[in-house]
Amino acid sequence: MSTTKVQAKPVAVERRRRFDRRWAGLALLLAAAIYAPFQLVPFHVFQLTMVLVYAVALLGLNLLVGHAGQISLGHGAFFAVGAYAAAVLMDRWALPYPLTLPLAAAVAFVLGLALGVPAMRLRGLYLALVTLAIAIFLVPLLKRFEELTGGSMGLTLAKPQPPAWSGLAEDQWLYFLTLAIAVASFLLAASLLRSRVGRALHAVRDNETAAEVMGVRLSFYKTLAFAWSAMFAGAAGCVYTWVIGFVSPDSFTVNLSITLLAGLVVGGLGSLSGPVLGGLFVMFVPSISQDVNDAAPGVIFGLLIIAVMYVAPTGLAGLAGRLIKKIPRKE
Amino acid sequence: MAGFVQQVVEGLGAGAIYASLALALVLIYQFTGIVNFAQGELAMFSTYIAWQCVAAGMPFWLALVVTLAVSFAGGMLIERVIIRPVEGAPELTIVIVTVGLFIFVNAAAGWIWTFLIKDFPNPFPGGALEAAGISVSFSTLGVLGVVALVMGLLYVLFQYTRIGLGMRAVATNPASARLVGIRVGRTLALGWGLAATVGAVSGVLVAPLLFLEPNMMGGVLIYAFAAATLGGFDSPLGAVTGGLIVGVAETLAGAYVGFIGSDLKVGVPLVIILGVLLLRPQGLFGRAAVERA
Repeated sequence: MSTTKVQAKPVAVERRRRFDRRWAGLALLLAAAIYAPFQLVPFHVFQLTMVLVYAVALLGLNLLVGHAGQISLGHGAFFAVGAYAAAVLMDRWALPYPLTLPLAAAVAFVLGLALGVPAMRLRGLYLALVTLAIAIFLVPLLKRFEELTGGSMGLTLAKPQPPAWSGLAEDQWLYFLTLAIAVASFLLAASLLRSRVGRALHAVRDNETAAEVMGVRLSFYKTLAFAWSAMFAGAAGCVYTWVIGFVSPDSFTVNLSITLLAGLVVGGLGSLSGPVLGGLFVMFVPSISQDVNDAAPGVIFGLLIIAVMYVAPTGLAGLAGRLIKKIPRKE
Repeated sequence: MAGFVQQVVEGLGAGAIYASLALALVLIYQFTGIVNFAQGELAMFSTYIAWQCVAAGMPFWLALVVTLAVSFAGGMLIERVIIRPVEGAPELTIVIVTVGLFIFVNAAAGWIWTFLIKDFPNPFPGGALEAAGISVSFSTLGVLGVVALVMGLLYVLFQYTRIGLGMRAVATNPASARLVGIRVGRTLALGWGLAATVGAVSGVLVAPLLFLEPNMMGGVLIYAFAAATLGGFDSPLGAVTGGLIVGVAETLAGAYVGFIGSDLKVGVPLVIILGVLLLRPQGLFGRAAVERA
């Protein structure tokens, strides 16, 4: 009796301490992220902005693949839909850019919902097939509706300008916009996963039959996962349009979808830090290795994906977590 | 009318190519339950080997034999080294591994042979057979003939040889097959080798029509998926039939449906895949999977 009471207290303290450390770590990371653009040259700021854009897209993909266990080889399509929604709204209807974000996210959400309905009936590799086919089909479709999308030439847009009160340069302003959206997305995803939705998704991933017996409605949660995931990808696409100021069908080929999946797998399926690590990976591995050979990024991506699946199914995020646990702590 | 028949013939020619790649997909699916997303890229890599042999001065048919042998060995090696460790893993893991293989093989071909387009010799003579106002090019006839030949050889292999019997046993029930003394692991590797060989045939058939470059098979793969889905993923005959149907449907849709035209043709396989999966998930010739929950 008495021993259990004595033990119970240190466990609670330990948990509290771990919790504090985690928040301290996140705050430190955020401080560094805010400080960085004042120290870097504009090109590096742009690269970091793109890391955040990819991280938001991967966050969405992670909800679907990492947490709900459904495969998507076509997430680039939702990214493209978000990007094009923003571009068309700004170009044809001259909408101010902040308004395009909710609209682009909503369009992607509805599309994800619409695709999620047939996807409920498809399992595993069939879902992968359908999503792949959609990603392939999107490019000629974008080229076809030329009066809206600008065809193969794409659309060129003015980038959002920093307001005068901020005193920031254009690249810094874009970076902070993206950072704010990324942080909001992470908070949203984290609270989503901590809620009953998150638990339901994990149940669906781990054992569909058991989940159903526990009262989780499979069709509802699978469709929902698709829609949420598409929404994040669409939001990321919208920010992409702001940052690049240009969209064309050839930026959103099936390679984008495959690269996103590769980044997520290497970054870490089913973890919150996985998308950030994946974003870093997707951004920097190609730009560094391209100096060796045009094909080098592909070779590295391909080998790493296979290696990660063998030795570290939780990706870089899981690997980092394991290393941190090994560091001896002072008592 | 002649114009319509002409379109159907062209469709059959395209369909034969989809059929050959679909056949490779189905071979692997039958034995291992894996859909190999890298199948098209493996076929492309094999085609590069053939190109390299021809460029080194080998006559075409000798180069083909060398290519098929190398592909067979390569397929077995891939099964042993890359697929074996994830056998029995969740579908998500396997799909991701084959996607990794896809990226790797594609990039490796780009690294070795660059992304520049290569000329690939056409094994069939130019010109066409003219009859009743319809012209069938020798190359279309050749493609159809080769696919029929491959199909026939596979049929003989599966129905009349000891190895084929063992392969069918493994496909039906690996555990029982192992109990009666069939080397299941070796048979699976054999299945991958065969699939890679059939894929190599399809790559060599495609290359003169498209251009040889690392992304050559990217477009064909989705049609092959549609073909395999339509015919049923566990039926070789279905894959060939599905391939021909997909080819004809694609050509006719491109020619007669004004909205689709030539640029939206790639929507055809998407519609076929979705339609089949929603209406008859096992495909035309496939067996419906009975699952114990």
